[in-house]
Amino acid sequence: MQWEVVIGLEIHAQLATKSKIFSGSSTAFGAEPNTQANEVDLGLPGVLPVMNKQALNMAIKFGTAINAEIGKRSVFDRKNYFYPDLPKGYQTTQLALPIVGLGSVDIELKDGRTKTIGVTRAHLEEDAGKSLHEDFSGATGIDLNRAGTPLIEIVSEPDMRSTEEAVAYMRKIHSIVTYIGICDGNMQEGSFRCDANVSMRPKGQEEFGTRTELKNINSFRFVERAINVEIERQIDILESGGTVVQETRLYDSNKNETRSMRSKEDAMDYRYFPDPDLLPIVVTDDEIEAIRKTLPELPDAKKVRFMSEYKLNAEDAGNLTASLELANYFETVTKEIDDSKLAANWIMGELTARLNKENLTVKSLPVSASQFAGLLARIKDNTISGKIAKDVFDTMWNEGSEADSIIESKGLKQINDTGALEAMVDKVIADNPNQVEQFKAGKEKLMGFFVGQIMKQTQGKANPGQINQLLKKKLGSS
Amino acid sequence: MHTKTIAQLAAGLKAGEFSSVELTQHYINRIQTFDNGLNSYISLTEERALAQAKRADERIAAGKAHVLTGIPVAQKDIFCSDGVKTSCGSKMLDNFIAPYDASVIESFNNAGSVMLGKTNMDEFAMGSSNETSFYGPVKNPWNVDCVPGGSSGGSAASVAARLAPASTGTDTGGSIRQPAALCNLTGLKPSYGRVSRYGMIAFASSLDQAGTFTQTAEDAALMLSVMAGLDVRDSTSIDEPVPDYSASLNNDVKGLKVGLPKEYFADGLDADVAKRVDDAISEYKKLGAEFFDISLPNTHLSVPAYYIVAPAECSSNLSRFDGVRFGYRCEEPKDLEDLYKRSRGEGFGSEVKRRILVGAYALSSGYYDAYYLKAQKIRRLIANDFTEAFKQVDVIMSPTTPTPAFKVGEKDDDPISMYYSDIYTIAVNLAGLPGISVPCGFVNALPVGLQIIAPYFAEAKLLNVAHQYQQVTDWHQQMPETFK
Repeated sequence: MQWEVVIGLEIHAQLATKSKIFSGSSTAFGAEPNTQANEVDLGLPGVLPVMNKQALNMAIKFGTAINAEIGKRSVFDRKNYFYPDLPKGYQTTQLALPIVGLGSVDIELKDGRTKTIGVTRAHLEEDAGKSLHEDFSGATGIDLNRAGTPLIEIVSEPDMRSTEEAVAYMRKIHSIVTYIGICDGNMQEGSFRCDANVSMRPKGQEEFGTRTELKNINSFRFVERAINVEIERQIDILESGGTVVQETRLYDSNKNETRSMRSKEDAMDYRYFPDPDLLPIVVTDDEIEAIRKTLPELPDAKKVRFMSEYKLNAEDAGNLTASLELANYFETVTKEIDDSKLAANWIMGELTARLNKENLTVKSLPVSASQFAGLLARIKDNTISGKIAKDVFDTMWNEGSEADSIIESKGLKQINDTGALEAMVDKVIADNPNQVEQFKAGKEKLMGFFVGQIMKQTQGKANPGQINQLLKKKLGSS
Repeated sequence: MHTKTIAQLAAGLKAGEFSSVELTQHYINRIQTFDNGLNSYISLTEERALAQAKRADERIAAGKAHVLTGIPVAQKDIFCSDGVKTSCGSKMLDNFIAPYDASVIESFNNAGSVMLGKTNMDEFAMGSSNETSFYGPVKNPWNVDCVPGGSSGGSAASVAARLAPASTGTDTGGSIRQPAALCNLTGLKPSYGRVSRYGMIAFASSLDQAGTFTQTAEDAALMLSVMAGLDVRDSTSIDEPVPDYSASLNNDVKGLKVGLPKEYFADGLDADVAKRVDDAISEYKKLGAEFFDISLPNTHLSVPAYYIVAPAECSSNLSRFDGVRFGYRCEEPKDLEDLYKRSRGEGFGSEVKRRILVGAYALSSGYYDAYYLKAQKIRRLIANDFTEAFKQVDVIMSPTTPTPAFKVGEKDDDPISMYYSDIYTIAVNLAGLPGISVPCGFVNALPVGLQIIAPYFAEAKLLNVAHQYQQVTDWHQQMPETFK
């Protein structure tokens, strides 16, 4: 039987506010445990929450970015359950009346298709603290620094039909939240993470199959792998005549498997009710429009502009605009050297490869856009060859120096002097009569040998185009 | 000195008749002499009080005094007070030293008043007799076999016995007005949102409101002036101007339109209590007030609605008492579940557990609509009843309680009957209105209270109406013989 997967994602994006959603404590990552938890975060008797307006505005900004309905009147609810890292015994979240209602985003697929994915809702909520199980022999440590950090949970419609679509959707949401500056998008620190709802149905069937929820997936690679292994697991069950159990499963990236956390029967009754300590949030049309006006150029619009302004194809434009930093980098470089093709090739080639190799993002790139433009400018004006440029780039990356000074100090300037090159060509021809004879007899592959000899002599600095031309002329090749 | 009102004490301090240190020491002595039999205080903060009194004397000498500077006040042990045990009447918080001041405590500190100590109360403010306290029951100074009412029983008993000139309380379903009535005091419950709840340990967040116990409405005006106002730390506190509550006390009540809701004078009201209330009505008539029969048709739903909403909120509010970060933790927990179960099982008393269970049930999936949601709708109906009534009348009057103080232990096995002792006060909380109870006579040597209810934020009117009555009656001046 042919199976079709149905996927919905719940993405948690940590809002980039300075202070927590209901207290004045800092949200900075990595502080000593419990140094960023005041009486409100600790849930001391008598404390009360006060909503951080900035968090609200960020949520609204997200809503406007995905053309969603904004809840004119939204309400915080309490989700009641006991856990040591949940200080109040309830999480303050939004259930019935979220701040962001129905919206959508478009994703681009490898085959060139564009697909619209519905966003059911996005709501504001507070994060919990962390339980630390190491270093406390026989006991558990609690760090409440993260408790009360503002999140938006972005819930998609079950609109995705492949792992590729799920990854593309997650990337698109990541682009949007980082573009509009409401989330730093840092997945290692948990600022952007997702749960995936996965179910299978026979292709052509309308009705959804039973779904499982995969918890806490914190990278694009893992979302792909987690869903793939879950698809296989469910197909195995269904094809051997079994039924999928509705449950929550944890993805273990080390073993690349999902395993059961709790079944539907064990599901807790969270006893949701409106938080009486917080007033309903009322937002006016004017406030929404004022926030909408602060939206920057969004990824989709930037992509279209890159295609027309820089004559890039859809794929290149899509790649360059996936991250705002990369897009800005590209634009800076392009403007300095006035050559979008060269900039695009080098940024998506050498630069991206190096970033991936070192596991860095554009933000932590050691070579600034103008330094990088300095390098490309020397390629463009033939001062160095592309091959030499790779070595210069390597030095720039490691030492942080400018392209020109590296070229100067290492004497890497390309030899473009036709006279000098002609002398070298003559010498190579004179020194290698056998090869010349063979070449003339038709073994044209030997052209590479002659070029190689000259490059060897010049340590790669000879202008390869000119050498080729000269050789062809001297050897009488067609 | 202890027979004086705040207004008289403030005048005495200003005139230099006595110092705040002398005054404070006088009350400390009285507490040490009399409180063993009453149990109205959980903590006496003697050293801190004398230090505050000394500073108050300096402030008075420097001419920078507020009316309440140097005035001793007893604080209900529900308000967090920095560096002082804040127990909320519970074993759960017997070891809890609050690391910060509640907004109310801060306000009194800023005014320069002196905190004598923290008063006894029903555990987590759940009770109408002050018998659920971990620290034992409080006795009614008018008859120590009787309860003082609750939950602010300690606050009421301390002022009734003149072991403090005034005290703070909290009122979720009548917890100020009912004990004020039972102890012959003026008990003010302001509008919801009038006084910040920050640092006041939550029982039912949408109903809780801080207020005062005083001998007179004049004193209540002084106290409220200190406590009222917007606090950005409490999202439910309301940005409504705070008038000078003392300024309007002497306004004439001639032509005042008073509503008498027939539902508050129906079956269940003690006949003698009804007579005392009638006497009070006659006094007001002499002052020129006009009375109208009105109806608050949804009154019968107020107790059932309250006993869904309040427990539901409390079941969630009390989740933070889990033995993890502060408060009581059971010995040698086996695992996390054991830690939760035994810490809460051993730390909470039976009334608190009863309400947590009721509340958790009312909120559970499948029952939410039938209970919590319905109760919230009833709440709206009850509030609408009052809104309609206030289109016809300026204030509403009723008995505060159906009977005078009952005996200690009398309602131990009958929580429902206990719950119905708040039948005249609960609707006011559900609607969020201000209410006051003023002494209006005695039945078998036990005090009776008259309740006056006003529209939202009409505390000035309420205090004015109460004050005018106290100008022509002396019930509020009576004090129990034993404590003179």
